[in-house]
Amino acid sequence: MLLLSILTIPFIAAIVLLFVKHNEKANYIAIGSSVVIMALAFNIAFNGAANFDADWILSLNARFILTADGLAKILILLTAISFPVIFITTSKNELRNRNQFLALMLFTQTGLLGVFLAGDALLFYFFWELALIPVYFLCSIWGGEKRIAITFKFFIYTFLGSLFMLIGIILVYTNTTDHSFLITSFKHANLTHGQQLAAFALFFTAFAIKMPIFPLHTWQPDAYEQSPTAVTMVLSAVMVKMGLYGIIRWLLPLFPAAAASHANFVIVLSLIGVIYASFIAIRQDDVKRLIAYSSIAHIGLMSAALFTNTSIGMQGVLIQLFSHGINVLGLWIVADIIEQQTGTRSMKALGGLAKKQPTLAILLVGFALANIALPLTNAFVGEFLIFNAIFQFNPWMGAFAGVSVVLAAIYTLNMVQKIAYGSVSDATNLMQVPNKSAQFVLMVLLGIVFVTGVYPQVLFNITADTLQQLFVK
Amino acid sequence: MNAIIVSTLLGVIMMFVSWGTSNTKLQRNIGLVGMLVLILANIAQMNGWLSVNFDTKGMLAFNAIGLYVNTILFTITFIYLWINGEEIDKIGNHTADYYAIFFFILCGISILTSFDNLLMLFIGIEILSIPLYILTGADKKNLFSNEASLKYFLMGSFSTGILLLGIAFIYGATGSFHLNMPILNPATNLPVEHFLMSAGLLLLFVSMNFKVSAAPFHFWTPDVYDGAPTVFTSFMATVVKAAGFVAFIKVFEVQRIALGQNTWIIILPFVIVSTLLVGNITAVFQRSVKRMLAYSSIAQAGFMLFALYGNSTFNNEALILYIVAYSLATIGVFAVLIKMKDYSIESFNGLAKQNPALAFLTTLFLFSLAGIPLTAGFFAKYYMLNAIFTAGAGIWLLVVAILFAAVSVYYYFKVVQAMYFVEGAPAIHPIEKSYARKLWVIAIILLVLGVFPSLLFNYLYF
Repeated sequence: MLLLSILTIPFIAAIVLLFVKHNEKANYIAIGSSVVIMALAFNIAFNGAANFDADWILSLNARFILTADGLAKILILLTAISFPVIFITTSKNELRNRNQFLALMLFTQTGLLGVFLAGDALLFYFFWELALIPVYFLCSIWGGEKRIAITFKFFIYTFLGSLFMLIGIILVYTNTTDHSFLITSFKHANLTHGQQLAAFALFFTAFAIKMPIFPLHTWQPDAYEQSPTAVTMVLSAVMVKMGLYGIIRWLLPLFPAAAASHANFVIVLSLIGVIYASFIAIRQDDVKRLIAYSSIAHIGLMSAALFTNTSIGMQGVLIQLFSHGINVLGLWIVADIIEQQTGTRSMKALGGLAKKQPTLAILLVGFALANIALPLTNAFVGEFLIFNAIFQFNPWMGAFAGVSVVLAAIYTLNMVQKIAYGSVSDATNLMQVPNKSAQFVLMVLLGIVFVTGVYPQVLFNITADTLQQLFVK
Repeated sequence: MNAIIVSTLLGVIMMFVSWGTSNTKLQRNIGLVGMLVLILANIAQMNGWLSVNFDTKGMLAFNAIGLYVNTILFTITFIYLWINGEEIDKIGNHTADYYAIFFFILCGISILTSFDNLLMLFIGIEILSIPLYILTGADKKNLFSNEASLKYFLMGSFSTGILLLGIAFIYGATGSFHLNMPILNPATNLPVEHFLMSAGLLLLFVSMNFKVSAAPFHFWTPDVYDGAPTVFTSFMATVVKAAGFVAFIKVFEVQRIALGQNTWIIILPFVIVSTLLVGNITAVFQRSVKRMLAYSSIAQAGFMLFALYGNSTFNNEALILYIVAYSLATIGVFAVLIKMKDYSIESFNGLAKQNPALAFLTTLFLFSLAGIPLTAGFFAKYYMLNAIFTAGAGIWLLVVAILFAAVSVYYYFKVVQAMYFVEGAPAIHPIEKSYARKLWVIAIILLVLGVFPSLLFNYLYF
C-alpha cells in the first residue's frame, strides 16, 4: 500500500491544485504534498516496501504491479527529494496560472514515480508517456520565446522513441510463454537471435533518445534552454534518468546477448557524445546551455559504463544516478537565482559574485567541484567506479573517457571564474541576498553532496540488492 | 432480426411524425426515444429475452459479435444524436425526415453485421448508401453540399457497380451467393483457387475499399466530407465507416483463402501503407480543421484495415475497441468544430483562455485520435498492433504504422498548440452548459476505456 500511496498522493494533489486559484495556497499544497511524498520515499528507501499487485487488463493479462528494489528506491529517493526542492526554490518566480503549473508538475512526478516502480511492461509504458505529456504542456505554456517549436521537436522525438519501444514490448510479449507483461516473463521469453536483436534495437532507440545519446541528443540543449527553470530541473535531474533506468531494468536483463554484442557500438557512441558535449560546453557563454551540455557528458559516461557489463560499472552508475541528480539540481538553482536577480544568463555580463554575495558564491563553488567529481564529493565515488569499469573493458576507451575529466574541469572552473571572481559587473551589482528558504535548500543539497561523498555506504546499502540480482546468478 | 425490423418500423414512423407535429423539439425527442427502443430491442435479442426470427433461408445469420457490434454502433448513434440534435435542426426544415433517414441507415447497418449471403451484402450497402447521398446534399442551398452529394452519388454508384460485378463473378464460379461457398477439388475435397472466384473477390475488395475510403480509392472522401454539412460528416466518418469495416471483415474473414493467400498478404499491406501515407501526409498540409479531419479519417481507416490482416479473436477485439475510440473522439471533435464560426486552424487560437473546459475536451479527443496513453485511442492502436503481430505481420509493418502515428501527432497537435500556446480571440457560437456536459460524457468514456479497455469485451466472454 505504501507504494500505491506514493503514486496516488501527487496525483490527487495535482487534481486538487487545478481548483485552487490562490497562488500562496497552491504553493503550500504543492510543497506540502511533495514533502509528504519525500517522507514516504525515505521510508521506502530505508525500510523497504511490500509489492503492490492488482488485476488491470484481464484480456491482455496485464497487471498493475509496483515493486521497489534498490534501483527503484534510489530513483524514487531522487525524485522525491527533487520536487520539494524545486517547488521551494522557484516559489517566488513569476508564473501566470501558478496552480496549473504546479498541478502539471505533480502529474509529471506521478508519471516518474510510476516509471520507476512499474513491474509490468505495459504499465511501464503507460507511466513513461504519462511523465512526458505534462512536460509538453509545461514547456510550451511557460517556456521561453521559441518554446512551441522546440518543445514540439522534443515531444515528437521522445514520442516516436517510445512508440518504437511499444513495438518492442509487443514483440517480446507475443513470445512470452505465459502471455504476460511481467518482467520475469519477459526475461524468460523465447526470442530467436534475430528477434532479440530487433527488440534490443527498438528498446534502445527509446532509451537513447531519452538519455540522450549522441547523435540523438539534438533536442536536449534547446529544450533545456527554453523550458521554465523548474521544468529544466526536472528534465535534467530526474527525467534523463528514465533512459538509464530503462537500460538497467529492461534492456540489459532482457537482451543480454544483444547487449553484449553491441557493447562496443554503444560505448563508442556514448564516449563520442561525452567528448563532443564537453567541447561544446567549453564554448558556451550561456550558463543554462553550459549546464545542459555538461549534463549530456555525464549521462554519456553512465551509459558507457552500463554496457561494460561489470559490477563495478553498475555500482558506479547506481550511485551516480542519485549524485548527478543532486549536483545538477544545485547548479540549476544557483543559476536560476542569478538569472532571476540579474536578468541575464550570459557569463560575460556576470562577474564578482564572490564579493557581492559570498554565500551564494561558496554554494556555487561547492556544486561546481561536485560537477568535476573532486574527491570528497559524491560524484567522485560514482565516476571513479565508472572510469574504472570503462578502463577494464578497454584501456583505450578508458583513456578516451578520462579526457572528459579534464574537459569538465576546464568548462566548470571557467564558469566559476567568470561568475564568481573578477570585478563586480553591472549585472552582478543588482544581486540581493537570496531568500532564506532557497539558501537553506541549497545548503541541504550541498550537505548531501559531501555526506554521500565521504560516506557513500548509505547509497551502497540501498542499491545492494539490485547489484546482487544483476551480477550474482 | 429485431434490429432490422424495429429500425425499419421506426424509420417509417419518423417519416410520418412531421404530419403529426411541427414542433422540432418533440420530433427530436421522439427520435431519441426511438433510438433507445432500437437499442433495447437489439439487447433483448443479444440476451435471448425476446427475439423475432423467421427463416431467411441462410440469407442472414445472427451471431454474438454481430449483435454486439450493432449495440455499439446504435449506442454511438444515440450519443451522436443526443449531442448534435439541435445542430441537425438547423439544417433545412426536415428534422423528422433526417431521423427517418438515420433509422434506415441503421437498418442497413444491421444487415451488414448479419448478412450471410452476398445479395444481402449488396442490399445492406445500398440501404446504407442511398440515405447518405441525401444527407450529404441536405444543405440544399449550399453549392458545396450539392456538389459533394452529386460526387458521392456518382462515385458511390460506380463502386456499387463494381461490387455487383464481383458478386456476379463469384456466382459464376460457385453457383451460389452464399458467403462461405468454397470451390472444392472433387478428388481431394480441399478448396482450390479459381480464376473467376479470385477476380470476383478482387472486385469486391476494390469496392469495399471504396466504401471505407482506403487509398487508392479515397478520392471522394475529402470533398464529400468537406462539402457535407459538418454535423452529418461527423456521422458519415464514424458510424457509417465502422459498419463498412464490419462488412469488409465479414466477407474476407472466410473468403480470403480463395483469393490466394499470397495475393492477400501482398495487396492488403499495399492498401494499408498507401492509405496511411496518403491520409497522414495530406492531413499535415491542411489549413482547415474540417478537411484535416477528413484526411485523418482516411489515415484512421488505414489503421482499421489492420483488422483484416489476421484472423483471430484479437482482431475482433481490436476492431471493436478501435471503432469505439475513433468514433467517439471524432464525434467529439466535430461537435466542437460545429461551434466554431470558422474552420481554419487559426480560429482555434487562444481557445484555452476563452473556454478552458472546451479546450481541454478538444485536447482529450485529439489525444485519443493520436493514440496518446490514458485515452481509449492508445489501447485501440495497441490492440491493433498486437493483433497483426500475433497474426504474423513483419516488424516493418508495425514500424511503418508507428511512423505514421507519429506524423498524425504532428497535425493533431497543431490544433492543441493553437488552443493553448497561441494568443487569439476565437470566434465561437455561444455554447450552453448542457452541451458541454454532453461532451464530458464522451470524454469520460474515452478516459475509462483508456485505463480499462477490457470493459468493452467482457460481454463477449462472460
